[in-house]
Amino acid sequence: MKYVFIIAGVLIITLSIAAGLIWVERRLLSVWQDRLGPNRVGPFGLGQVVADTIKLFFKEDWVPSFSDRPVFILAPGILLITILLTFAVVPFGPNFYVFDSNIGVLFFLGNSSLGVYSIVLGGWASNNKYSLIGAMRASAQMLTYEVFMGLSLMGVVMMADSFSFCKIVEAQKDGWFFIPQFIGFIVFFIAGIAETHRLPFDIPEAEGELIAGYHSEYSGMKFGMFFVGEYLGITLISALISTLFFGGWLGPSFLPPVFWFLFKTFFFICVFILLRASLPRPRYDQLMELGWKILLPLSLLNLLITGAILIFLK
Amino acid sequence: MNVFFYIAAVVAIISTIMAISGRNAIHSLLYLILSLLAISVIFYLLSAPFIAALEVIIYAGAIMVLFIFVTMMLNIGLERETEKKWLKPCMWIVPSLLAAVLLVNLILALKNVKSIQPDEEAILPKQVGISLFSTYLLGVEIAAILLMAGVIGAYHLGSQKKKVKHRFLEIN
Repeated sequence: MKYVFIIAGVLIITLSIAAGLIWVERRLLSVWQDRLGPNRVGPFGLGQVVADTIKLFFKEDWVPSFSDRPVFILAPGILLITILLTFAVVPFGPNFYVFDSNIGVLFFLGNSSLGVYSIVLGGWASNNKYSLIGAMRASAQMLTYEVFMGLSLMGVVMMADSFSFCKIVEAQKDGWFFIPQFIGFIVFFIAGIAETHRLPFDIPEAEGELIAGYHSEYSGMKFGMFFVGEYLGITLISALISTLFFGGWLGPSFLPPVFWFLFKTFFFICVFILLRASLPRPRYDQLMELGWKILLPLSLLNLLITGAILIFLK
Repeated sequence: MNVFFYIAAVVAIISTIMAISGRNAIHSLLYLILSLLAISVIFYLLSAPFIAALEVIIYAGAIMVLFIFVTMMLNIGLERETEKKWLKPCMWIVPSLLAAVLLVNLILALKNVKSIQPDEEAILPKQVGISLFSTYLLGVEIAAILLMAGVIGAYHLGSQKKKVKHRFLEIN
């Protein structure tokens, strides 16, 4: 019975954060761009979330006649399933998690690599050249950034001596990992942005070049699932950054641990939005060059140095 | 545990059959991914979670993405007519006869094999790593050399001389 409550709690928290982010992102963007943003519907414009959701639900859900129908319908679901599954292994508090897996980090990496299919198949099934170009860019980008997203986490795994997220958090009692693993943190952060294909790395959708890239043909709630999936992806990456590098639920004891976890996660979500407000989109080949020529060697170097120091200290 | 094994095994067999008999290349690849995921579940039930995770990350998550990438680029997903010509029903007879002989052989052989019960304790990533880099070090190094050869080959095929700074300045 306890697990049912925890699963329901995690689902409600993550989905309401994802929905709330629609409002948070617009308001924060407008703060940084020196304007007001949505402030008419309800107090502080909070009703905008409800208005947007209702709009998405009642729009015509059109499946193009030229599309590959089963794959077209399947694609947005894959994104939501893989991201929501990963939240199962994230510890929200000392005893507040769905499943403490002993391969937690690998579970996350596996799910994130399956998430690529959603974008690729969505773009292919639309049978539209802009969508296809978006899907091809997405598959190259996400495949590249997955490689060293995994490698950058291996330093943390070596220091905590475990793949389990709960043990990784407990291992940070004496000091958060972002100081010894600073390179790993930077690489994971950049790879996280690319993996959720957020700005500045939103090359798969690049509205100036490809209309909306892989989801040009999507409408109604199917588009809504891509939309919510993007916000869920940001939440997931922020939650993982705070778990792996910033001590997760650890913090001063005058507030409950869950609060510290949510506070850190929210901080990184704001950083994601600030990046969107401030950075231009790189060119496609620049993105690939950054990945293979700078970030991959950096993460390999980080792996070697961490291993050497750990062996030396033993 | 047995029930889960049989469910995963049935899913793996059905999806593999769909993968080899399908006419649409992308749909076949999707069934192949499903079959790999089912095999990963079987590995997990045999208390090898590390191999299960690697099956998903490497096979389903990386290699199959490349397959789909190439299939999308060549756009062979929608050409069903040529596939029809290649896959005539009479072509199945000889391979299925040979496979049936092998199946009978396998069933007869399995009678004499003692079934190995999976260990109660899961084999953790650490144990896999230690045995890979001590007992099976030679295998790891040979695999590494093979991959290195692949990387060098890909680099050689992909390398081009940079002619001019910008494509607009190119003279053809």
